[in-house]
Amino acid sequence: MSGKIDPMHQFAIEPLFGTDHLALGGFNIAFTNSALYMVAAAVVLWIFVIGGSKRELVPGRWQAAVEYFTTFISSLLLANVGEGGKKYIPYVFSLFMFILLANFLGMLPLGVVGLHPFTFTSHFTATGVLAILSFSIVLIVGFWKHGFHFFSLFIPHGTPLPMIPVIFPIELISFMVRPFSLGLRLFVAMTAGHVLLKVLAGFVINSSNAGVGYGLTVGTASFILMIGISALEMLVAVIQAYVFALLTSVYINDAENLH
Amino acid sequence: MPQIAQIAETYSSQIFWLLLTFGFVFFVVGRGMVPKIQATVEARDSKIAADLAAAKASFAGADELEEEWRAKENAARADAQAVLAEAKAKAAKVTEGQLHEADAVISAKVAAAEASVEAARSGALTQVEAVAADAAAEMVLRIAGTSVSPQAAIEAAKAALAHG
Repeated sequence: MSGKIDPMHQFAIEPLFGTDHLALGGFNIAFTNSALYMVAAAVVLWIFVIGGSKRELVPGRWQAAVEYFTTFISSLLLANVGEGGKKYIPYVFSLFMFILLANFLGMLPLGVVGLHPFTFTSHFTATGVLAILSFSIVLIVGFWKHGFHFFSLFIPHGTPLPMIPVIFPIELISFMVRPFSLGLRLFVAMTAGHVLLKVLAGFVINSSNAGVGYGLTVGTASFILMIGISALEMLVAVIQAYVFALLTSVYINDAENLH
Repeated sequence: MPQIAQIAETYSSQIFWLLLTFGFVFFVVGRGMVPKIQATVEARDSKIAADLAAAKASFAGADELEEEWRAKENAARADAQAVLAEAKAKAAKVTEGQLHEADAVISAKVAAAEASVEAARSGALTQVEAVAADAAAEMVLRIAGTSVSPQAAIEAAKAALAHG
């Protein structure tokens, strides 16, 4: 009989290179497979942007690709925040590209050469840090620019005076939920996609092991489904990075311009 | 679910490495390189805008030059036409004068010729009269045997000639 295939095993964090007990100030900072993919995403992004930093008047393909992304982020911020959004281009660009590369690198079919791909954006410890970073920027900028007037964000325009005690807590709660929804959305989307792919891969393996008939019917159908879902996951990888960047810029707009 | 099952032993490592890698991305790539790329894009955009404006200006300049040239050409054409008309008028006048002169010369010649013809004719007539008078006087002498005075003969001949 076939062995048990655990679709959740792909999310397991394992320390690498014997750094299990590496610690900083009493906290474990082991260099894990997750950290490896974070480094990989950072390095790939670094190389990608270096290749686009030739600063030629007539760009080559690589430079045009990098400039496409920076222009995309700057127009995103310009549309959502306005002229004041330009100073957030470095942050939102880093955020978008880092998440995008993390999503893509985690989907590389490295399993066929015996490696274990890992998507660190499927961990809320990672997405949560990014969400809290975005939320902190909103809070810091909001209070820095508007002081206590920032609280007027929680009172929509034209709210009748007697409604304010009711509206204010609702708006405050919906504001406070933002970092959680931001972080959880990415984590859930990536986890769900990868689980689905792994479950279908398990079907292919288990049905093939159960017999040629099962393999040709269930296995082939599952495999075709996997191809389609892999394409869908590519789309999800882009969309989730975009949603994270978009929501961050929408929240920054609240901090920059209030309402 | 390892995300939850492992959280206690991995959260610090996850946060540490994420902050480290994302910090690198933000400070080196985002703050260090993206503004340069943005500047390149903006420089290109402004260069394209400037080039387009320059092209538009030269286009307008060319239009203006063409208009100027057209006006000049029209003026030159009008000038040429005026010169041509003047020359035509002058030539016509000259021709007319020459014709007039020739006409006068010819009519003078004709008049002279007519006068000489008239003179010749009247000369001839006088001679005819003299001859007729002579002949009449001779005829009278032979037939009547009387002589008439030449004056009377001439008178008679004149009268006969006048009657045709």
